[in-house]
Amino acid sequence: MGNENKYTHVSYLEHQGRFKGIMSWLTSTDHKKIGLMYLYAIVVFFLAAAVLGLLMRIEKMNPGADIMDAQTYNGIFTLHGVIMIFIVVIPGIAAVFGNFFLPIMIGAKDVAFPKLNLFSWYVYITGAILGVLSQFAGDGPPDTGWTFYVPYSADSNTNVIFALTAAFVLGFSSILTGLNFIVTIHRLRAPGMSWFKMPLFPWSLYATAWIQLLATPIVGITLLMVIAERVLHIGFFDPALGGDPLLFQHLFWIYSHPAVYVMILPAMGVVTEIFPTFSQKPVFGYGAIAISSLAIAFVGYFVWGHHMFTTGISYWSRWFFSFLTFIVAVPSAIKVFNWISTMYGGSIDLKPPLLYAISFIFLFLIGGFTGLTLGALATNVHLHDTDFVVAHFHYIIFGGMGFAFFAAMHYWYPKIYGRMYSDKLAYIAWGILFVGFNLLYFPLFIIGIQGMPRRYFDYLPEFHTGQMISSIGAYILFTGLILMIGNLIYHRRRGAVAPSNPWNGVTLEWQIESPPTHENFDEIPVIKHPPYLFKKNDTN
Amino acid sequence: MENNEKHHISSYTSHALVLIALLVLTFITVYISKFHFGVFSVGVALLVASVKATTVLTWFMHLKFESKFTKWMVGGVFILFALVVIITFIDYLLR
Amino acid sequence: MTNHSGHPHQIDSETGKMGMWLFLFTELFLFGGLFLAYAVLRIQHAEGFHRAAQELDIFIGTLNTVVLLVSSMTVAMSITALQKGNKNLSIGLILITVLLAGVFMVNKYFEWSHKFEHHLWPGSEVYLNLDRTEITFYGLYYMMTGLHALHVFIGAILLIVTVFRIKAGVQHAGHYVLLENSALYWHLVDLIWIFLFPLLYLIT
Repeated sequence: MGNENKYTHVSYLEHQGRFKGIMSWLTSTDHKKIGLMYLYAIVVFFLAAAVLGLLMRIEKMNPGADIMDAQTYNGIFTLHGVIMIFIVVIPGIAAVFGNFFLPIMIGAKDVAFPKLNLFSWYVYITGAILGVLSQFAGDGPPDTGWTFYVPYSADSNTNVIFALTAAFVLGFSSILTGLNFIVTIHRLRAPGMSWFKMPLFPWSLYATAWIQLLATPIVGITLLMVIAERVLHIGFFDPALGGDPLLFQHLFWIYSHPAVYVMILPAMGVVTEIFPTFSQKPVFGYGAIAISSLAIAFVGYFVWGHHMFTTGISYWSRWFFSFLTFIVAVPSAIKVFNWISTMYGGSIDLKPPLLYAISFIFLFLIGGFTGLTLGALATNVHLHDTDFVVAHFHYIIFGGMGFAFFAAMHYWYPKIYGRMYSDKLAYIAWGILFVGFNLLYFPLFIIGIQGMPRRYFDYLPEFHTGQMISSIGAYILFTGLILMIGNLIYHRRRGAVAPSNPWNGVTLEWQIESPPTHENFDEIPVIKHPPYLFKKNDTN
Repeated sequence: MENNEKHHISSYTSHALVLIALLVLTFITVYISKFHFGVFSVGVALLVASVKATTVLTWFMHLKFESKFTKWMVGGVFILFALVVIITFIDYLLR
Repeated sequence: MTNHSGHPHQIDSETGKMGMWLFLFTELFLFGGLFLAYAVLRIQHAEGFHRAAQELDIFIGTLNTVVLLVSSMTVAMSITALQKGNKNLSIGLILITVLLAGVFMVNKYFEWSHKFEHHLWPGSEVYLNLDRTEITFYGLYYMMTGLHALHVFIGAILLIVTVFRIKAGVQHAGHYVLLENSALYWHLVDLIWIFLFPLLYLIT
């Protein structure tokens, strides 16, 4: 364990390079500062998109037009999707906590290409601004949904090109981050840290980075092709020009399904760090978790067609994609078993991070099982493009990735800021969030099965109860979000000073000061043990 | 760090020989495109192109002298792309 | 795992080269998407592709293939020259490469402007009145060769930057990762053309 009060150096928060004030952040190549810059940008965009989501729920509280017309609704769900998917969730954990903790956890002073890292933040911000601009420039907000399906996206009179360019630019940023992580993990691990002595969060980032690297370019070129089609009438996808609209769906989902694993794999990595720490017990099945990350990444690359079951793709390819979809559930389930087994017989300390991590498992399981319902051919035909799908992916993306993000925030907060948040407020916020979340999304499963289509602005009276409960849930969820974020922001400067190792964790980030110094380590540590070795009877 | 890495220095002659091989392959592929092999003409052209690509990767891009891991990566990427194409064609060919 | 001592911002050659290879993979997949589109549209419009491809000039295509292959050799040789400490020869060979890139672009310019003289550009009246199966071929032709030309352009700029770094003595016999990486990028441009050439010009 590190010395508790060894504040011999200036922390990275106070460290100044050539510039002062905000410029010392904007020009910093310190991976920790870049991680925080991602965090702040992501929180702002997340809240903006959450407000859009809330607006949609308010509109749907009662049948008929209440606060907006149908076209505005189309624009809002498109922007909600574009921001949440491309700006918040895909960079999400990897860009924030990956940047901050990957180098520390493998015992490095920074990522392999620090300047490239800063550059990709600027690319990210550029893309994010373009995405927002799409709302105001040109002939009105894009209304295609975040999936940009052709031929509509090639014909729609709204400002689709901006949104497409934004997604392209954001993809480029994602690629550069992935590239940086792969090289960092290969080249900068501390001496003695062999692959299987590496903690599991870096493992999950490694698998994620490969997907970012090898899947994103495909959507990049696809978006360029749609732009070319709109500007030059080239005819790749538009049947009127000899193109093939299904080709777009293939190309789009070749990226966008693996993108789901870009979101969820780092989330799994986060909770894999949390369970051993709060059970004070080595993680169960280290090898299985590490390898299953790679397995999910690999198999997840080949299941894209399950988004296209009802489009008339061939019988054999439907069979194939459905089969692989079931296969990819296996490594995910292995992880769940391992997390539960890690807690079994441990000395469990139900601190807020663990609470969020446990609710992650619960929500992820619901999302996962309904995913299998959708992955099965027969049920998919019935449920395709209904609110059931909406509920399913919100359980995975928000319930899974979102709650893991909150877990990570509460877990690493003392390390990032050197302060503690209020546990009590964190528990209350968790309760409100959890109740609100399930109230918001669970009814959508039911009305989805009953036939409520997704992306509809209005609905039949029989869906009123479900929609109403869901909208009430949205209010509750939003309250919880504000409370949680408020708690974290308020205690960033005013909270009690955090010790360097408040949770008695054993991975490398807990062996250095809180907040860390500019270069993380005075001396690069030499690794002799596997990562999750807890000393018995060590109860400080 | 530079000192303990061994760099292979390729000779000028070997580069020239590789170029000659590539040029010969280019002329072969242009020449045989004048004959019609029906469905096989695409296959033949792609086969020659693959041989040329492998040559460029191996010698010009120094893959022959890189670490085993780099070789695996490059091979893996091409296999991955081939799998994507094959899986897409499970749809298009069997529709 | 070798570089632990010293300044954390110093990028050693293995690290730099690995980053470049990974970047090249993304480029391969960027073009890969287009190749996949080509394959799919081709099996649907085989006849139109045959007819349209016959309109392309095999001579210019072959000439450009030769130009790119030779330039690939010269850039590979420039690494050898720098490794042997022959700075001026290295710079000369890179400049020849850039010159060949220029030749490639000029050829491309003539080829495209020849098409434009016949009012055949994407979105033009002639273009939109073509047979639907031929439209997709020309669409792919312009997209693929256009994107490739953009990469030729970027590659040439990268090589020119490298020349200045060698002149400044930053890249030398002991440290030449930038030259290696620019060369790798240039070979990638060649690599993609090796596939574009038969697919667009030869399969008639």
